[in-house]
Amino acid sequence: MSTMTKPAPEMDKPSSGAILEVENLEVQFPTEDGLVRAVRGVSYALRPGEVLGIVGESGSGKSVTSLAIMGLLPASARVTGSVKFRGRELLKLGDKEFSHIRGKGIAMIFQDPMTSLDPVYKVGYQIVETVRQHDKNVSAKAAKSRAVDLLELVGIPNAKERVTSYPHEFSGGMRQRVVIAIAMANQPDVIIADEPTTALDVTVQAQILEVLDIAMQETGAATVLITHDLGVVAGVADRMLVMYAGRAVEFGAVDEVYYEPRMPYTLGLLGSLPRLDQAEKQKLTPIKGSPPSMVNPPPGCPFGPRCPLHIPRCDEAEPPLTEVSAGHWAACIRNEKLEGHADATEFFEADATDLTDPVVADALPGSDAGGVVTAGDRP
Amino acid sequence: MFFYTIRRLLSSILVLIVSSLIVFGLCVASFNPLEPFFLRQPQPPPEVFAALREQYRLDDPFFVRYWDWLTGVLTLDFGESNAGTPVGPVLIERLGVTARMVVAAMVLAILLAIVVGVLTAVRQYKPEDYFFTFLTYVLIALPTFWFAALLKEFVAIQFNELVGQRILFTLGEQSPAIEITGSSSEIFWDRAGHLVLPTISLAMLSFAAWSRFQRASMLDVLGSDYMRLARAKGLPWRHALVRHGLRNALIPLTTVVALGVGLIMGGAVITETVFVWHGMGEYLIASINADDLNPVLGWLMIAAFFVIAFNLIADLLYAVLDPRIRLS
Amino acid sequence: MTTTERPETLKTGPATSVEQPQAAEIEREFTVKARSQREQIMRRFLRNKQAMGGLLVFAVVLLVAWAGPLFYGFEFAQVKPADASVGPGTNGHILGTDGLGRDLMANIMRGVQRSTLTIVVAVAISLFLGLLVGLLAGYYGKWIDNVLMRLVDLILTIPLLVLLIVVASNFPDARTAIGIAVIIGLFGWLDLARILRSQILGLREREFIEAAHALGASDRRIMFKHLIPNMLGSIIVWATLTAATVILLEASLTYLGFGVASDTSLGRLVADGVNAAQTRPWLFYFPGLMLLVIALCINVIGDGIRDAFDPSNKRVRA
Repeated sequence: MSTMTKPAPEMDKPSSGAILEVENLEVQFPTEDGLVRAVRGVSYALRPGEVLGIVGESGSGKSVTSLAIMGLLPASARVTGSVKFRGRELLKLGDKEFSHIRGKGIAMIFQDPMTSLDPVYKVGYQIVETVRQHDKNVSAKAAKSRAVDLLELVGIPNAKERVTSYPHEFSGGMRQRVVIAIAMANQPDVIIADEPTTALDVTVQAQILEVLDIAMQETGAATVLITHDLGVVAGVADRMLVMYAGRAVEFGAVDEVYYEPRMPYTLGLLGSLPRLDQAEKQKLTPIKGSPPSMVNPPPGCPFGPRCPLHIPRCDEAEPPLTEVSAGHWAACIRNEKLEGHADATEFFEADATDLTDPVVADALPGSDAGGVVTAGDRP
Repeated sequence: MFFYTIRRLLSSILVLIVSSLIVFGLCVASFNPLEPFFLRQPQPPPEVFAALREQYRLDDPFFVRYWDWLTGVLTLDFGESNAGTPVGPVLIERLGVTARMVVAAMVLAILLAIVVGVLTAVRQYKPEDYFFTFLTYVLIALPTFWFAALLKEFVAIQFNELVGQRILFTLGEQSPAIEITGSSSEIFWDRAGHLVLPTISLAMLSFAAWSRFQRASMLDVLGSDYMRLARAKGLPWRHALVRHGLRNALIPLTTVVALGVGLIMGGAVITETVFVWHGMGEYLIASINADDLNPVLGWLMIAAFFVIAFNLIADLLYAVLDPRIRLS
Repeated sequence: MTTTERPETLKTGPATSVEQPQAAEIEREFTVKARSQREQIMRRFLRNKQAMGGLLVFAVVLLVAWAGPLFYGFEFAQVKPADASVGPGTNGHILGTDGLGRDLMANIMRGVQRSTLTIVVAVAISLFLGLLVGLLAGYYGKWIDNVLMRLVDLILTIPLLVLLIVVASNFPDARTAIGIAVIIGLFGWLDLARILRSQILGLREREFIEAAHALGASDRRIMFKHLIPNMLGSIIVWATLTAATVILLEASLTYLGFGVASDTSLGRLVADGVNAAQTRPWLFYFPGLMLLVIALCINVIGDGIRDAFDPSNKRVRA
């Protein structure tokens, strides 16, 4: 049975400087198929002004973590652990008190700009709404002028006219800028950006990251940047947290994690990135298999079945996060094997097709790799 | 927005005209004023038939008849019934009677649908949701006239006994001769008392269907990204629900209600029959049974007019509520 | 799962030939997918307690209605003046009798028989017409689509019940269960045509239709092998919900005097019983409740099917 209730590792002592402290956060959802453990003990401390990148594939729990911090999960979700903002425990707060913090203390940017804005209200109104919600004394005129200023800041041309436009009159990139403007409006201390560039074209991505940078400078906010794009993290974040199967498996300064990964999953992620800086052409090394089901996770390391360094001992218990060097933590009992090896091809095989994958295997005629789907009419 | 309105208006008028042609064709094919005479014993001599054909202009070409009728309708002259009475005034008067029921039923159904739809969506899977879901299932499966009869035979009597006074009436749209004997406020309350049960019967089916639709629409909206952003901005739950949730969830309802107008009109015919109202429904049934062409034509045209008018209003309302439509 | 010590490089499975005949691939992939999808849908439906309950009750009702008369003592048309208007339980009449001494239970069974026949015929006719119009409009588009959909809109400007009354009044001989079914069927396809047409407009753009075209498939083949199977969900849902509407329409028509006359039907029984609500309540309640139960079951089953095809609003949102 994985260790659920152990105390958080001492990765970040709750120092006086930490503005957001997450301790042993766990989130569970009851579903028809059983209890899904989406987040299984995540801890980190965010210092003022720093940028923390949270990386992981779909289903790793990274979005759920931030929704839990904001108190925006559906009522059926069970959240345990502790989330402290400026020393104040958030998870116990009722909706009314939480509302004071949302949008002012902690602001959030969501993934899909096409659906994040209410289509029936003007863009300016949606900014004004958050301004006046948190400061009842602001006049409508002042709020509107602030909205125009914000739109200019995020780079919307003709802000004065566009402030009375509707969301559908903007492109995706422009809408995301508006969302960032809304997040910035009340000078938050923390901005959580949940995959802000995922739904956008590559060229627009770069622009949005710049806007995000402007937002951080303007507000001085600490930022949690959630993404599955390692390239984005490299350019922006100070520290990074790698999540897999609902918990952190590697944590540290960005440079260190990139150049000295100590958890095979991180290494695999890095290896699956196409690199422009390498002289010779290399094959990509995908990580075979898929993430485990979060309903009944087997004991032991959840990455085990896909890991090239897997040994029987890995299946006995889930590896705790251990400090492999100053401020750098990794959850792997064999992490020392990776020391000094940063090339994924040394460990992962560059193979395009995984014939043990039941979906692939089943499509091939005459293959007896044992597919799961019964295709009754094979010759 | 202006041009959109003009376009939709012109389109509606066109639909109304083409609809009138179809209606005319249908009725002319269905109703033969000579029918009652065929059944008489002994049959009248051929000269009588010839004279009747002359009188009703049955031998004129189709489009001549159509044109005559249409031009008449445009001046609110709906022709005469077989018996010679002008159809127009009768229709208008009975329209007033039926309209009371139809309007009241629509208002009731819409209000209840919104309340119940939003409630069951917000409290999804809680007891209230299950209760109302069950109730709407039953109401949708209920034959309107059976339900109306149930209300008429039992609820009315029990209620009146409970209160000790005759408040709810079951026959007709007003007490006989009240217009002569009563003051205007007495007339008003008398009519109201007659209105209650028919309105409830007529409204229930539409309420049930619309509330389920509203529930689905509300659920969609509640799970949307912009609701989440609204809350992430710091808007309290209630606030976000009304300003962003309701505002968006009500938009599709306009279309659904417009589509349901025809159903309500059909239901009104049934309800009027059950409660013996002297409205459009009674007139229609009687005219059909008597092979009376002009009254039926008049009825259908008025019905078509209202259906098309409601659709137009719904389209315009939709454009007002949803800026995405407005500017396209 | 074996946990043998693996070497540092991951080995793949046994070497297999990687040749894949393309066309047969696509075909098989579809059949595989379709089957497991069908299984999934069946499973979801079977797990839906309300739908299964409705199905069960409906099945029992049908069984009793069709098999019951074989065992029951009275005939539906049998007139027995001696037993006129007796209450339930008297003289072996389980549900009582009407003014002419006809047994109510026998009549209800017969009524359910006729009404189910009505449903089947009406839905079949509407299905045919709806498919025809919907396919033509959606597939060929442009002016055919325009004309057909305008036609549908125009017909819809007339309240359906009234339209049926006017049409029915033309055919006084058709006042049997089947006759009324035909009339209802002739106008029951309007919804379906609209639904199918918009679905086809969407499906038309999908790549597999393009691919089928490119492979030279004829229009008919595309319609029958590709479009219709993908719309099966909507069609089945429509069919069940229309079934409920048909039975209620027939009842309303009969009540107003334009429906079934020369035969008995559930609608007829309910309509006749309305006037007896105070004096002989069994004539009012039993047929009405029977109609309610049947319509309820059909609705619940229809909703269950709809949820089985598209469960998106039932799962907990994570």
